[in-house]
Amino acid sequence: MEAVHAAAEAIYHVTPYTGYVYPNETVVPWSILIVIYPYLTGLVAGAFTVSSLFHVFGIERFRPVARFALIAALCFMVVVPVTLLSHLGHPERAFNAMITPHTTSAMAIFGYVAGFYVILLMLEIWFMFREDIVYNAQNDRSWKRPIYRLMTLGSYEINDKTRHYDHKWLLTLAIIGIPASHGLHGYVGFVFGSLKSRDWWSSDLMPAIFLFSAIVSGVSVLIILYMIVSLVRRVKIDEDCIKGMVLALWGFLMFTVLLEGVEFFALMYRAREGIDIIREYKSGPLFWRFAIMQIGIGAVLPVIIMSLMVYFKTSGRKLMVGAFICAALVLTSVIFMRYNVVIGGQEISKTMKGLLSYEVPFFGQEGWMAAIILLSTPLVFMYVLTRFFNPWIESAKSHAEALAHAK
Amino acid sequence: MNKMSDTPDNTLPEGQDAGDTSGRRRFLAGAGAACASAALISVLGPAVAKDGPSGSFPTADFDWEKHNWGYGIDANKCIGCLRCVDACKNENGVAKDANHFRTWVERYVYLEGAKRPLIDSQSHPDNIAVSAPNASRFDDRYKNEKVEKAFFVPKMCNHCENPSCVQVCPTGATFKTKDGAVLVDKEYCIGCQYCVQACPYGARYFNEIERRADKCTWCYHRISKGMNPACVEICPVGARVFGDMNDKNSPISQFLKDNRVLSLKPEMGNRPTCYYIGIDKEVS
Repeated sequence: MEAVHAAAEAIYHVTPYTGYVYPNETVVPWSILIVIYPYLTGLVAGAFTVSSLFHVFGIERFRPVARFALIAALCFMVVVPVTLLSHLGHPERAFNAMITPHTTSAMAIFGYVAGFYVILLMLEIWFMFREDIVYNAQNDRSWKRPIYRLMTLGSYEINDKTRHYDHKWLLTLAIIGIPASHGLHGYVGFVFGSLKSRDWWSSDLMPAIFLFSAIVSGVSVLIILYMIVSLVRRVKIDEDCIKGMVLALWGFLMFTVLLEGVEFFALMYRAREGIDIIREYKSGPLFWRFAIMQIGIGAVLPVIIMSLMVYFKTSGRKLMVGAFICAALVLTSVIFMRYNVVIGGQEISKTMKGLLSYEVPFFGQEGWMAAIILLSTPLVFMYVLTRFFNPWIESAKSHAEALAHAK
Repeated sequence: MNKMSDTPDNTLPEGQDAGDTSGRRRFLAGAGAACASAALISVLGPAVAKDGPSGSFPTADFDWEKHNWGYGIDANKCIGCLRCVDACKNENGVAKDANHFRTWVERYVYLEGAKRPLIDSQSHPDNIAVSAPNASRFDDRYKNEKVEKAFFVPKMCNHCENPSCVQVCPTGATFKTKDGAVLVDKEYCIGCQYCVQACPYGARYFNEIERRADKCTWCYHRISKGMNPACVEICPVGARVFGDMNDKNSPISQFLKDNRVLSLKPEMGNRPTCYYIGIDKEVS
């Protein structure tokens, strides 16, 4: 039997447990890839929210990051299906879910929603940068010119009428995108919240918690990327924009903490069958992951820091440092939240009489390394995409003219 | 790995191919034929769709619309010999390790004065240690204890009337047959494991060799030929009962008539068609 176990371990990861768990539960079905799947869709929804706050709600202070937010959303979004495909036993059959979607399955709709949303993002980016594409197709002297020419789709016309038309499309897509991006992420929450087999997941608040944690993670990632890119580009960070994002983060974060708190305390207070094991879990392995990292350091601490920043009207360098720290803490909190939901749910046995203690391996399909690679891929995509679409300038034409004037 | 690959046949029993007769396959078969022969398009499509279980079904004289299978478990009779567990693994080519089971047996032991039972199954490392590859055993860890009450509970897929696994399957690869079994179409499953998560009973597992979800089929390849599932066949004490609930004289109909039966986790709303007698409040 020893030899069998040793060999079997090579194909799957056996999770140790205490108490009584169903024998089949010792192989945890969903691992780190399913942790980063909602993390990435969350970043998408959050980045899109910031972009919409400018494009639809007309909040002017978000202008500096509004264009970049869309590109970031697309780059995160294209990796989302990759995480899921990498996790499937038969990725080559993935389209079965789209050819014959099973209408009662919460998961069957994913391909359609994700596909629709990727197309929407691509269209919105195209309309947003159309004038730049046309300008570059005519003026760019590098190897990129044929690509720009292709991207014009044969239309070089730029005048007030086309500008009006582009803007109308941009606005329409941005408006449709709000329910689409939030629906996409609320839906991810539903995939977990709708399962009655696990008390840890089975909650009506799950979609809302996912959604709000998504928004805070998206705002945070934009704060961090905007600051880093500005430092690299040696340009001044727009203080008003950072202030706006801190306010958005502060507000949404308070609501997120509230929702997570309500969900957790309701579960504890209802104290249904199996509460003993949830209590044991909460004060055991979950304590540092949930109470300390997700809630304490990751959410409550940044709320306090930002409250102080808002109260003292912090500005300048202190604002930048504070915003950066808070954003980094929130991103940490959200990844812990995803981990605590996805892995946490599976660590509490369906018997409600035992606990598993899953450890993510470093190598392999479901390992940390795969997760890190998948999480870094969007950054590479962003680097490439921003070579073609410069989101940091108002328009390619005015930028070129300003450069020429400076010379 | 050796043990896993030298099982007689790692492919599923032919009964699993009952998936061929599901609506989707019929539709695709119909559509394919219709494309190939445009002249017959209006005739062939519906004709194939109406063709019912015969046609591609492995057992020619089996009509799944005529049966309604049910399963009974009498925990009072179970002696925990675990022959059912081994028989199932042999019959169905299930990985011979401690982490993949289509059926398993739980041991509940109340020591004197204890409020809660101690629970383990044959997959506990101490039990594995005293087992041979094809002869699973429970160890005798309680032989020096004062045991007040002890009993065994065989567990398996409950072949629910409202199966959570079928509800969540994104492709329809897992489905409920017309005679009541819940099966997996191994050629169509994408291996997302949503069904493994959704099953409240822990009855499903991921088949690492075939990279898809796997579970008890009630030995569909046997029952569609008029035989009993392997676990029922081998049980030396008659703790496991199987039959057609449409047939008033079948063992399961007698079992349901003679006993007041329970099902596991009724609050889930799954309405299992595995019926228990002799279980305790601590069994879930």
